[in-house]
This record gives sequence, C-alpha cells and structure tokens, in this order.
Amino acid sequence: MTTASSSLYQRRKRANWIGLTLSMFAMTLGLIALLWILFVLFSNGLAALELSLFTNDTPAPGSEGGGLRNAIVGSLMIVGLAVLVSTPVGILAGIYLTEFGDTSKTAEFTRFVTDIMLSAPSIVLGLFVYAIAVATVGNFSGYAGSLALSLIAIPVVMRTTENMLRLVPGSLREAAFALGAPRWKVSTMVTLRAAKSGVITGLLLALARISGETAPLLFTALNNQFFSTNMGAPMANLPVVIFQFAMSPYENWIQLAWGGALLITLTVLLLNIMARVFFREKVKA
Amino acid sequence: MPNSSPLPEKNAIEIRNLTFFYGTFKGLEGVNLDIAENKVTAFIGPSGCGKSTLLRTLNRMYSLYPGQRAEGEINLYGKNILDKNQDLNLLRAQVGMVFQKPTPFPMSIYDNIAFGIRLYENLSTTDMDERVEWALTKAAIWGEVKDKLGQNGLSLSGGQQQRLCIARSVAVKPSVLLLDEPTSALDPISTGKVEELVHELKKDYSIAIVTHNMQQAARCSDFTAYMYLGKLVEFGATEQIFFKPQRTETEDYITGRFG
Repeated sequence: MTTASSSLYQRRKRANWIGLTLSMFAMTLGLIALLWILFVLFSNGLAALELSLFTNDTPAPGSEGGGLRNAIVGSLMIVGLAVLVSTPVGILAGIYLTEFGDTSKTAEFTRFVTDIMLSAPSIVLGLFVYAIAVATVGNFSGYAGSLALSLIAIPVVMRTTENMLRLVPGSLREAAFALGAPRWKVSTMVTLRAAKSGVITGLLLALARISGETAPLLFTALNNQFFSTNMGAPMANLPVVIFQFAMSPYENWIQLAWGGALLITLTVLLLNIMARVFFREKVKA
Repeated sequence: MPNSSPLPEKNAIEIRNLTFFYGTFKGLEGVNLDIAENKVTAFIGPSGCGKSTLLRTLNRMYSLYPGQRAEGEINLYGKNILDKNQDLNLLRAQVGMVFQKPTPFPMSIYDNIAFGIRLYENLSTTDMDERVEWALTKAAIWGEVKDKLGQNGLSLSGGQQQRLCIARSVAVKPSVLLLDEPTSALDPISTGKVEELVHELKKDYSIAIVTHNMQQAARCSDFTAYMYLGKLVEFGATEQIFFKPQRTETEDYITGRFG
C-alpha cells in the first residue's frame, strides 16, 4: 500500500463496512427473535410461577387452580432415566469411534447411522418406539418415553464425545502408550480424562435437547392426570401437558401451560449456561 | 560404514540392517547401530533425516499406526523386538520415552508418576509413596513439587512438566530411555537442568537422544550418529564425530556448511 487514499484501499474499506453492516443486521434479527420469545414467555408465564405450581397436580377439566407437580416429577423421571441410559452408551460408543474403530468399516458405518439419527425428525423416533414398546406391550409408559428420549440423546452424546476426544493431542496418547499402558487404559484414564469437560458439555447439551422434546413423548409416555411414579404406566410430563393445556379452552389450563413453558425454558437456559461454564474451564486448562 | 569408535563392553540395543516404511516410502534404509549400555547416544541430522523415526522404532511406537512397518532386527539385550510375538506393552515398560512437548496427564503430579507404576506393580501405599519420591528425586524435581503432589500436573511450568515426564518414565524402571528432542520446547535454564539430568541418569539407564541442537549432542552424549535422508552416514564416539569426522558430509553438517 502506497498511500491511505489509494483507490484499492478505499474499495476495501467500503467492502469491509458493507460486510460488517450485513452481519450486524443478521445478528440483530436473531437476537430480536430470541428476546421476543423470552419476553412473551416471561410476561405470560411469570404469573403462573407460584408455589402451587410445584405442589398441586394438573387439574381436572373445569376445576379451579391446580399445578404441575405430577408433570414436573414425571419429566424428571423420564428425562433422568434417558440420561442414565444414554450417557454410558454414548460415551462408550464415542470412545470406540475415536480410539478403537477409527477408520474401520464398522466405525464409518456407525458414524453414518449416527448422522442420520441426529437429523431424524423426533416424531419418527416416537412412532418407532410406539411400534416396538407401546403397541407390543399394550399401554403407554414412562419407560417407553425414556427409550424414545434416549434414542435422541445417544447420537448427540456420541458425536460430542467423539469430537472432544479427537481434540486430545496424539502426543498425549503416545505418552501413555509409551509407558506400556494397554489401549483401554489409555482411552479411559488419559484421553477421556483430558476431554472430560468437553464430554460433560455434550451431556448437558443432550439433556437440554431432550428436556423440551414433545413429539416422542406423545406416542410413548402420553400423559397422566394424576401423580404417579410408576414408569410402567402412562406418565405426566411437562412438554405433553403444555401441548394439551395450551390448546384447551380453560383459562387456568392455559395459564399452567405458560408456567410450564417458562419452567422448561429456564431449565434449558440454565443447562446451556452450565455447559458454557464447563467448556470455558477446559479452555483455561 | 566407518565405525572406528572404541567398542563399549556391552550394548543395550543392537540395530541390524533396519529399514522402515511409511506406507511405500522408505523412512530408513539399512541402518546398523549400537546403543551402548549406560551411555548416551545422540542422533543428529537435518529435519526429515529419519532420526525420530529411528527412535520410534526402538519402542515400536510406530506400531500404533497402520501402514508403518520395520524390517531388519532390533535386538534389545539379545531379543529381537521386531518379532511378531513381541508384547508391545511390556516392551514399552522396558524402553521408556520422553517427547518433544511435555505431555503431563490430566491428573495430579502424584498420579502422573503412579500411573505407569500401577500398570505393572501392585505396591502398598507406603511403597508407592517411596517410589514416587524416588522417581521425582531422580528427575531433579522433587524439591519443587514435594509440597504440591496433589496439584494437577498441568499447573507446572514447561520445564517442570518435562522433568515430570522424565520422572514418569524413570518411575517404571525401564532399562533404556528414549528422549525425542526433550528440550526443544524449553527455555535455556530448563534445558540446562534436563541436560544435567541426562548426565545423571546414564549411570542407571542406557539413553538415546534425538536433538536438533548440535551443542547439546556434543555436551551430553558419548556416541553420536549423523543421519541423512534415512541413512546412517557416520557413527562413532562423540569427540571423534565432532572433531575428526571421517565423512565430508558429516563435517559439512557439523560445521554449518549444510543443514
């Protein structure tokens, strides 16, 4: 560059300004949508966020008041079981993909299937579980709900675990092998440990993802108007209750749906923030 | 190949006619070399000459990667480690390796040392404590870490991390130590400490060291091998290689006319 006023330099400056403006505009659009959703949610749901929300069960049609206790407990149990199942399966499969299978045919095939599972519409997974675990047994159940959610969570956990393990430098693996450690020990004691915070982030994101899923639960756990901890029977859960109550003609049901929606959103928000904090710690180390 | 050096009484490793392949590319060709017991043998040469490749055949690190293979013989105390039936984990417990970049494991300083020991020995807590102290003392880092054994190994400085890694290798009591440019990521003071350490360690171990730094080879090795394009050009006592090289290629490299 000879002078600051050369035409090339001016053109570059203009291009920079246009690019910057466009990206700021795009960012603002996204941010406005998010803030709008949050604003509507808070202004409608905040009123429902009372103690009775956590102590009363879902009300019968036409009755006054009520809460979401049964749905909250049901959601916790269904999602909890799904996480318990998908954590070990997803992590072990991720370890297999990076540390053992690598470029083998089995690993490549698994990756291909995982990619399909990741983008499969959740309603399809719900229908699938309906066919194998509801239609055959004869009744909707919490177990079937957990199964459907696991099918959504496993590929997420698997893929993040794989990606995080890939970030672990090869020299660390070699150092462990150089001490005479067998492969399984290198994978579990050194590599997985080095990728720990990334893997936990993946778990939290998977948890956030499944805690709001509605479609798979419609076909599997369905709903239950009463408090129940029997996972072998239909079970109340937040997403399905929101879905049904929001479309009802009853004022108090609609109010409860807003409350439930706010509750789920806050939970997911919290999980995402936790995931970020975990990941930041990793970067520091 | 000229080999005019005074032969040592005993060799830890004898490499015979070693050829190495990365797929179809020949990384090493017809290498013959002895690693003397309780001596330091340095591998020098320009980048890509095969010195690290050679080092990585000695604990068969290359076996982790499909497509890499070695032909010939590498006899470790008379036993050919290139044999198909060689147990690689046992070999690596016997031939330790320290890498260019410090590679502490993401665990406490204590566990970094104990990790390797636990693989092959079942020690009581007191015995383990003693062994950890012994290894850290050997690597001249005990004084700096004795009050923070529970801290993460990653919290140490680069030079300390590298000595921790040396301690970790020493802790499993190998007979041979392989050092792959152990100081190239360290500052001069840490480098000095590691070099002193190499001098101390050769009392108990046979050491092979790859280095880009010729002064380092001259300072801390007993024998030097000069390699170029996958071949061993000259091998002999370090003094002879540096002061009276017999090949012009070696002389050109050492005097800086090439490389």
